[in-house]
Amino acid sequence: MPAIGQSMPRAASRRMVAGGGRYLDDHAARGEWHVAFLRSPFPHARFTLDTAPARALPGVEAVLLAADLAAVCRPWQTTSASFPGLVSPAQTPLADGRATWQGEPVAMILAASRAIAEDAAEAIAADWTELPAITSPEAALAPGAPLVHPGLADNRAWGQEWRRGEPEAAFAEAALVVEERLVFTRHTGVALEPRGAVAEWDGGTLMLRLSHQMPHQMRLHLAEQLDLAVNRVRVICGDVGGGFGLKMHVYQDEMAVAAACRLLSRPLRWVADRMESLMADIHAREHVVQARMAVDAQGMITAMEIDDLQGLGAVSIYPRSSTVEAMSLLRVVGAPYRFAHALGRTTCVLQNKVPTGQYRGVGAPIGCAVTERLVEKAARARGEDSWQFRTRNLLRADEMPRISAFGAALHGLHHHTAMDQAAALIDLPALRAEIAAGRAAGRVLGLGVAVTVEFTASGPAIYGPAGVGVAATDTVVVTLEPTGELSAQASISEIGQGITQGLAQVLADAVGVPASAVQVGAGDTASSPHGGGAWASRGAAIGGEAAWGAGRLLRTQLLEGAAALLQAAPDSLDIRDGAITDAAGVPRMTLAALARTMLFRGHEMPQGVTPGLSATYQYRREADPTLANNGVHAALVEIDPLTGLVRVLRYWMVGDCGRVLNPLLVDGQYRGGVATGIGEALLEACRYDQETGQFMSGTLADYLLPMAPDIPDITLGHVETPYPGSVLGAKGAGESGTCGAPAAVLNAVNDALAAASGGAVTEMPIHPMAVLRALGAMA
Amino acid sequence: MTPARFAYLRPDTLGEALAVLAREGEGATPLAGGQSLMPMMAMRMARPALLLDLNRVAGLDGIAVVEGALHIGAMARHATVLAHPLVAAHAPLLPLALREVAHPAIRNRGTLGGSLCLADPAAELPACMLALDATLVLANRAGERGVAAVDFFQGLYATARRADELLVRVEIPLSPGWSPWFAETARRHGDYALAGLAMMCRREAGRITALRIAFLGVEAAPRRLPEVEAAILDSADAAALLPRLLSPLHAEEAPAAWRLHLAQVLLRRAMIGEGRHAAA
Repeated sequence: MPAIGQSMPRAASRRMVAGGGRYLDDHAARGEWHVAFLRSPFPHARFTLDTAPARALPGVEAVLLAADLAAVCRPWQTTSASFPGLVSPAQTPLADGRATWQGEPVAMILAASRAIAEDAAEAIAADWTELPAITSPEAALAPGAPLVHPGLADNRAWGQEWRRGEPEAAFAEAALVVEERLVFTRHTGVALEPRGAVAEWDGGTLMLRLSHQMPHQMRLHLAEQLDLAVNRVRVICGDVGGGFGLKMHVYQDEMAVAAACRLLSRPLRWVADRMESLMADIHAREHVVQARMAVDAQGMITAMEIDDLQGLGAVSIYPRSSTVEAMSLLRVVGAPYRFAHALGRTTCVLQNKVPTGQYRGVGAPIGCAVTERLVEKAARARGEDSWQFRTRNLLRADEMPRISAFGAALHGLHHHTAMDQAAALIDLPALRAEIAAGRAAGRVLGLGVAVTVEFTASGPAIYGPAGVGVAATDTVVVTLEPTGELSAQASISEIGQGITQGLAQVLADAVGVPASAVQVGAGDTASSPHGGGAWASRGAAIGGEAAWGAGRLLRTQLLEGAAALLQAAPDSLDIRDGAITDAAGVPRMTLAALARTMLFRGHEMPQGVTPGLSATYQYRREADPTLANNGVHAALVEIDPLTGLVRVLRYWMVGDCGRVLNPLLVDGQYRGGVATGIGEALLEACRYDQETGQFMSGTLADYLLPMAPDIPDITLGHVETPYPGSVLGAKGAGESGTCGAPAAVLNAVNDALAAASGGAVTEMPIHPMAVLRALGAMA
Repeated sequence: MTPARFAYLRPDTLGEALAVLAREGEGATPLAGGQSLMPMMAMRMARPALLLDLNRVAGLDGIAVVEGALHIGAMARHATVLAHPLVAAHAPLLPLALREVAHPAIRNRGTLGGSLCLADPAAELPACMLALDATLVLANRAGERGVAAVDFFQGLYATARRADELLVRVEIPLSPGWSPWFAETARRHGDYALAGLAMMCRREAGRITALRIAFLGVEAAPRRLPEVEAAILDSADAAALLPRLLSPLHAEEAPAAWRLHLAQVLLRRAMIGEGRHAAA
């Protein structure tokens, strides 16, 4: 039976749940010093620091400032040909005299323990002069607004206009125009394992342990900033306790640890605590969106227009740029639907807040929420069931491939199949009857639907032309061990999503061994080959192809060796279940016997035959910049009309991520993604004091993550449309749940409100007070 | 998130602990279950010079009925109080409230006395003490004194406990014929309450003839509200009085106006729960 497609538990699960995980903080370097950072307590301030009192404390080894690290570390600055004219000042590991966001590191203490280092951080005599701070994106654009950075003309970092067809005419001729202003509050990813760095300098080689999604990319950045030969930098990511997009950027604090280690030749350890994580990890998705949709008399969408204002933070994150989120948002607008006219305006502004970055789903959850809110509004204005409105306007499979009005490449999407499956899974008539009965009994219930299109597994065409050094190709090296097992190294990163299990199943089928005989490693640049790591839901679609290619190459080599030994033609042999067989499947020799002969008894091999026990395959997708996938989400919510609290009672998701390598892995990603999206819709918010700009969500008592009782049972369905351009046909799955859940919950809450009071909420997360106001229960 | 430097003592007897407090005064901070103090120390919001660990002091966690009152030792863990048959029999308000206190792991460690002495405005147990008309018994080297719950809670994290005193137990008068009501609202189960209400009342022939109420999570400290209690006894719309009487706390996620709204909702629910319908 093939391993691909089987629900196999992750080989690493037993070790993980038994507490055997080895995370960054589980590794100690002999003689290491512990690092703590003094971080700016103000969103914008000039400062001078007297470090003498800190240096005088017993156990403090050094206190470093911006100038100290400047000697070994070059500044970095975000530029991208995708964002011409981007305004984003250069960054250094420590702020030099002026901090531009609350939490920005300004001094670095090296000490015998973390506690002593924190004592010393407190002991630094800091003289802060607060400067006017900009936190709201709208205030950033106001005439005469204080500048986030001196010398800039204004706080605008980047913008663009997008136009297709004749949007003005389409809106003028429309039978119906629906419009909405939606506000999205910042949130952040919260990984179980925080970021950190353990650095060692070993006579010319920098070894840096990170909790990171892309070790090879970081290795290159470290070499560039620290002026080291790249093969003198080794980055090791062991077990990584979650990534979510947090761990794919160049952070000041991590670079400071590497630079200080280079400067002082001492092993250093820094692991972010939870307060540092919440304040200094990237935030994401702060947008104010004004959007409208034109519909003709037949109920067909004809045009969409969107005006998006994004708050970037103090800089545009290095190297990819925070503006990627706005681009991702724009591309998703209206993507499931058929219309020809589009107008989009994107404005990205600097603020005195921690930089934002690409977080699970990037801009897609917002683009989907905007689109689906307008779809609901349009259907409601027409007095029509929104399911019917969607079915009519969704692109049919035979209308693809095509480029959407907002410039997205659509191919292989089967919306109607997914809608039909979702309707069956939900049992729509029964659910509607249940909702009607509940409402008649006084309950405030609502059903919300969202259709998603998501652009996964970015290929070389995204960052390559942008001139940003991000690898979109990936490689697998696989070796037959003398015992008949396979050992492989992948450039795809394992960050807890389980991709190494998926790759093991691919390698098993590609070579012809049981999956239990395959071990896949990743994350250490000294042993894993070059490639992109974990981002854009690419593990199966890109890493899977690399694994397949490597496995097939190795299979060819092994058959060549076996054929020579067995005096048979290679194509008369097969490899099944770890043995060389004849065409009928009769075993001729085990792979272990073959490997031992090739390795230890080379004298028995025929002359000129040295096929090799290892194979390497680098996969590069040439067609299709991204792999579009699609899904249908539905949420049933109940509002407590007295408190305004919203509960998600049930949730359904049908996804099409192409070929499913392992249903357990895909279902886990779908469910986790939905949980992320429910948190985004109802709970999670990075709040700032409106007057002082102080960050108010600095602990997990203030930043509200959904917990187990907040997440309902999630019923999943799959449509499997393999991507025809690859061997396996997998597309991305890791972010799909997050892309649709905020929209589905928003629509469900507004469905409930429409029935109860005719009100609506337009701000995410949906605060209970906004619900009470929409119900008319609160002023 | 490591604590600032502190000295540490772990006495075995109450006498030793009180001697330390007599000597160190406000420099010593008693450590009970540590479920609030330890995170506050880790964030360096609490910076005790001396941490006085009470977890080895014998005899502070008993639960017994003594002379017409239920005595609960200050070091009794939430989980123990929650499951104790004497508490269920004589102070059933406490199990109702304790179910809302955080999560099982925290209840295994957190103590009654720790919660009362911290006096977090969102804590459930201080409000319960008011509703139960409990007496909090404090000890120092000179002896014991009892403080009525209404006098013990004095503001945000402020109590009548003096620096040389330890809370050793609470005494809850047995109250046959009284029944409990408790509810709170939080964004997630186990979170700090946005608003909660603890109530004890006596009904005769279907009418409330006596009651004590206290809100939690709404104001800086729980207090009795005589006007509200009187209005309820008069069958008036007590919730309508709250905007004038309450000074709600404010936070970014939980603005004062919402807390006030929730306090009114809870009071009206309590009335319905007692078989009486408040005027809407």
